[in-house]
Amino acid sequence: MRVNFTVNGRPQEADDVWEGESLLYVLRERLGLPGSKNACEQGECGSCTVRLDGVPVCSCLVAAGQAEGRDVVTVEGLADHARRRACGTAPGTSLDAARAWQPRGTGQDADAELAPVQQAFIDAGAVQCGFCTPGLLVAADELLEHRPNPTDADIREALSGNLCRCTGYEKIMDAVRLAAARQGEGA
Amino acid sequence: MDFLRPASWEEALAAKAEHPTAVPIAGGTDVMVEINFDHCRPEYLLDLTRIGDLYEWEVGDESVRLGASVPYTRIMERLRGELPGLALASHTVASPQIRNRGGVGGNLGTASPAGDAHPALLAAGAEVEAESVRGTRRIPIDDFYTGVKRNALAPDELIRAVHVTKADGPQQYAKVGTRNAMVIAVCAFGLALHPRTRSVRTGVGSAAPTPVRARTAEEFLAAALDEGGFWENGKVITPSVVKQFADLCAGACNPIDDVRGTASYRRHAVGVLARRTLTWTWESYRGSRRLSEGAA
Amino acid sequence: MSPTSGAPSQLTQGSGTKGGIGESTLRPDGILKVTGEFAYASDMWHEDMLWGQILRSTVAHAEIVSIDTGEALATPGVYAVMTYDDLPTEVRTYGLEIQDTPVLAHGKVRHHGEPVAIVAADHPETARRAAAKIRVEYRELPVVTDEESATGPGAVLVHEGRDDHHSGHVPHPNIVHRQPIVRGDVTEARKRADVVVRGEYRFGMQDQAFLGPESGLAVPEEDGGVHLYIATQWLHSDLRQIAPVLGLPEDKVRMTLSGVGGAFGGREDLSMQIHACLLALRTGKPVKIVYNRFESFFGHVHRHPARLVYEHGATKDGKLTHLTCRIVLDGGAYASASPAVVGNASSLAVGPYVVDDVDIEAVALYTNNPPCGAMRGFGAVQACFAYEAQMDKLADRLGMDPVRLRQLNAMEQGAVMPTGQIVDSPAPVAELLRRVAAMPMPPERQWESSEGVDVRQLPGGLSNTTHGEGVVRGVGYAVGIKNVGFSEGFDDYSTARVRMEVVAGEAVATVHTAMAEVGQGGVTVHAQIARTELGVTRVTINPADTQVGSAGSTSASRQTYVTGGAVKNSCELVRERVLEIGRRRFGSYHPAWADAELLLEGGKVVTDGGEVLCDLVDLLADDVVEVEAEWRHRPTQPFDLRTGQGDGHVQYSFAAHRAVVEVDTELGLVKVVELACAQDVGKALNPLSVIGQIQGGTTQGLGIAVMEEIIVDPRTAKVRNPSFTDYLIPTILDTPTIPVDVLELADDHAPYGLRGIGEAPTLSSTPAVLAAIRAATGLELNRAPVRPEHLTGTA
Repeated sequence: MRVNFTVNGRPQEADDVWEGESLLYVLRERLGLPGSKNACEQGECGSCTVRLDGVPVCSCLVAAGQAEGRDVVTVEGLADHARRRACGTAPGTSLDAARAWQPRGTGQDADAELAPVQQAFIDAGAVQCGFCTPGLLVAADELLEHRPNPTDADIREALSGNLCRCTGYEKIMDAVRLAAARQGEGA
Repeated sequence: MDFLRPASWEEALAAKAEHPTAVPIAGGTDVMVEINFDHCRPEYLLDLTRIGDLYEWEVGDESVRLGASVPYTRIMERLRGELPGLALASHTVASPQIRNRGGVGGNLGTASPAGDAHPALLAAGAEVEAESVRGTRRIPIDDFYTGVKRNALAPDELIRAVHVTKADGPQQYAKVGTRNAMVIAVCAFGLALHPRTRSVRTGVGSAAPTPVRARTAEEFLAAALDEGGFWENGKVITPSVVKQFADLCAGACNPIDDVRGTASYRRHAVGVLARRTLTWTWESYRGSRRLSEGAA
Repeated sequence: MSPTSGAPSQLTQGSGTKGGIGESTLRPDGILKVTGEFAYASDMWHEDMLWGQILRSTVAHAEIVSIDTGEALATPGVYAVMTYDDLPTEVRTYGLEIQDTPVLAHGKVRHHGEPVAIVAADHPETARRAAAKIRVEYRELPVVTDEESATGPGAVLVHEGRDDHHSGHVPHPNIVHRQPIVRGDVTEARKRADVVVRGEYRFGMQDQAFLGPESGLAVPEEDGGVHLYIATQWLHSDLRQIAPVLGLPEDKVRMTLSGVGGAFGGREDLSMQIHACLLALRTGKPVKIVYNRFESFFGHVHRHPARLVYEHGATKDGKLTHLTCRIVLDGGAYASASPAVVGNASSLAVGPYVVDDVDIEAVALYTNNPPCGAMRGFGAVQACFAYEAQMDKLADRLGMDPVRLRQLNAMEQGAVMPTGQIVDSPAPVAELLRRVAAMPMPPERQWESSEGVDVRQLPGGLSNTTHGEGVVRGVGYAVGIKNVGFSEGFDDYSTARVRMEVVAGEAVATVHTAMAEVGQGGVTVHAQIARTELGVTRVTINPADTQVGSAGSTSASRQTYVTGGAVKNSCELVRERVLEIGRRRFGSYHPAWADAELLLEGGKVVTDGGEVLCDLVDLLADDVVEVEAEWRHRPTQPFDLRTGQGDGHVQYSFAAHRAVVEVDTELGLVKVVELACAQDVGKALNPLSVIGQIQGGTTQGLGIAVMEEIIVDPRTAKVRNPSFTDYLIPTILDTPTIPVDVLELADDHAPYGLRGIGEAPTLSSTPAVLAAIRAATGLELNRAPVRPEHLTGTA
């Protein structure tokens, strides 16, 4: 079957999709967006977390056909999403913005524009193997969007659906606190 | 495999009538895992996420008509007052991501004894609104679970909503898992005090082939509360009554040993949860009585 | 061939002038990882690629009567189906030390989930459907599941006709390896004991549960070879095992490390490597294989479950008199790293204590259970759980404080190990205990505030099981000892190629190793070392591949020591050559060039007095200086097969933990409130990474303490919980704050004085948590993980 939906502000079309495919598979294998991760494919790890019409969900549990006509934000679009939020732009992508959209290079760009939460994960040492990172970033960014000053218990609850095997979560806590603090300073 | 995307409830019913083996999918929590891990290959997937009606709820005089796909997150946030037991249960479901997408319809459809919503529905009192092209019927929750992962739905029926009785007294819900979040119930217990009818209802999860009520315990407690005039005098319930209630709840279990826990542990834990939730709800009942008396 | 997408790119870092060792520089792959652009093995993609699928045994021990692949092969979209009979050469087994693992099952399967056939098809679903159509007829055999069934009378042999290098000395063919360690005279020493404590302990089978599943992409090359993009811990070890099976010389099997989503020992053995290459060579098309989580539980070895029987004796003032122990490790169906795990378990069985008279035996069994091998802590974890439980038991019997008892018996530099090896670098065991004990205690009843009870901070968490009822706090301590590096005479070297040149008007260093970056931060540290040694700011880390010599394994806490040492060594050699060039070009202009002590700093050649002699840009001009060199630490010796004597280890690493737990004693649920750690790291090359390693290791120890266990049915030897639904690892709500106190006492034998750090925190975390739960409940608790049943008498 064919599936049409919007990913990171751009309309996307996937053809010959097997009906049992997940949104995760379509993103990774058909749309060249492997940032969302395939750690468990059973909704137990959160590594595939994306925003579906604004709401964080496990993309491994969304049937590809269910994404038809929906709006998806993945880790690849997180910086852009955060920037638009900071500019107070209404949700959704304007035609101009969509035209101006460019894929980001794969090189290590020192000036790469990151969402505050992405930068905080790097700065706090919250990234080790990094496989859980994309899902955590999407979840943490959404938390800070709705709750700019979360308590530690709030952070833990919001991230309780995201497993990390490397860090012991301490640096992840630090990163979210750091992002919240920077957000508070208007940095 | 075919992917059916009905745009309306009527279309969904027609599709289900035409393809009774079609597997309804909404939040995907159960169905997608089955597909991802090659446990099932349904001929048809019936996507219900386009039917807006399923995501809505209506608060009536007696009950809340809860659309089958209202996400658990919504129930936690918006229905805490009307459906406190179900709101607490919703908060224990899996992870935030899954609570954002899964709803009670999925729990009922799968009818796993470990489904988190069941004990809360049993305790509150509820009816499942099932519909097919043949018509609508309301199945009392007590008659809904018919076996391990089996329910009273006919092959052509879909769950449209569940009518949950609004709380007329304190409700509690507790679930045991071997992890502090994102865990399938080893066992779960729901308790609702119904001061209006001077009755008590329970729900036990993961401790029998189906979710069950501990009826003997309910009857015992209702009688004991009545005899002691507890509803009126608001006194602390006699410890021996609490203990007997807990023992009877444990006795209502018919659990198995599995990788998540032993039968013996499940029975024990249900007893502890029954005692604690009774204490919490009763304290809350006494508190609200004092408040209303203070106001009077 | 079209380019492969997801091939790793170079990581360049450094625009400031700092960033040498000792600083918390940030990961060079950090930006790629937070933007989703970092290419993990499962992200690889190639035009026209096929998907590989493995058919695995549904029973644990059986003869294969027949395999019918006809229907699978006839499925549209299927390009190849292969079984044992299709293997291209006579080399049809592999293994880390003993080549006992069939590439595809031959005549027999020995464990649940063993690969039987492989399929390549144009879509994963096509491949799955085809695999399901392969008909395998099994004739089931009795299963060997424990020591009794493995070595008792009439035991079924898991491997008949063994002729490996351990088969000659083991007491039974179902014992992979046995290592006794005997020192002093236990019989005599026992007479001096005022108190003797004994215990039998059990340790569950733990899974590494790395999040990035086993994956790779094999691309056939025009010269008849194959290029494998793979997530592994050791490229060259993989290569050594893969090439002979394919019938290719090693130079026709190119290996490039893809992004690795964690490892923890689980990628030391091969998983899908050979299968992907076989299918690629058979079909002439690139083949990608990605395990799902279910398959991952069958696709790699686990931590050995163990039964440990200990006896400790002490005088009434608490001095240990003697120790005996017997450690039985279940190695499962294939040897994997079992022999080395036995070596570790036995040689570290006493812990970081001084005991002159010991009688130790460790064995690993062949059974039909899942194969077990390397996991963080590697044999030392199981032993630490048991000897620390014994130390608490002893303290209790003596009426002594458990920390004081440990300190009284703690080893120090100069101590003699039970193997006779002298510990010749700092061993601050008592000091680490003092430090964790001195940390401030977390406040009581943190879950209670004026707003009521926050269940998220209570046992049971969000499940709302207690509002404080039944909750009792307990505190426990533990300390452990882990060896660093490969032991017992293994030639444990690494190789680094370092180049220095001028690029765009700046002196730049490039570091190329085959080290597997699995998340530990080796790439960060290599750049730091190059900056420190070569005085440059820009360092490029090339992707790890087999175009450079072996780096050894990313395991045994060894990479910063060994490959870090190799990078340092190659940098020093580059520096010598650079200075030679300088002397040749500028030697006549300044007498200081004749001095031996010249340094490279801030892009310049400087004297040790700080005088600048020249700029590296001027010095190098168009010259490119490149060195590839191997580097080795001090050699070790094998342990004597009868006495266990020998200088078997390279270095020792120590960590101590204090666990504070709150237990719901009625429901048996545990909330770890705090898990404080003190560790000696020798020298923290990157303090931020060091703390991250300690916290991560600590959390894996917490997991095995209270929840993690692969459950194998003892009647069928089948795995009962191969999923993240039923194999639970700690969530962020299960993990406490982990304050870390880092001690830096240099080991003079190691580069920069560093000490390998990755594993030690995984050792002592588990027994500390168990000790705290014992303290809260008063129960004996002789197994890990401890489950609610064990705390409530309902097991």
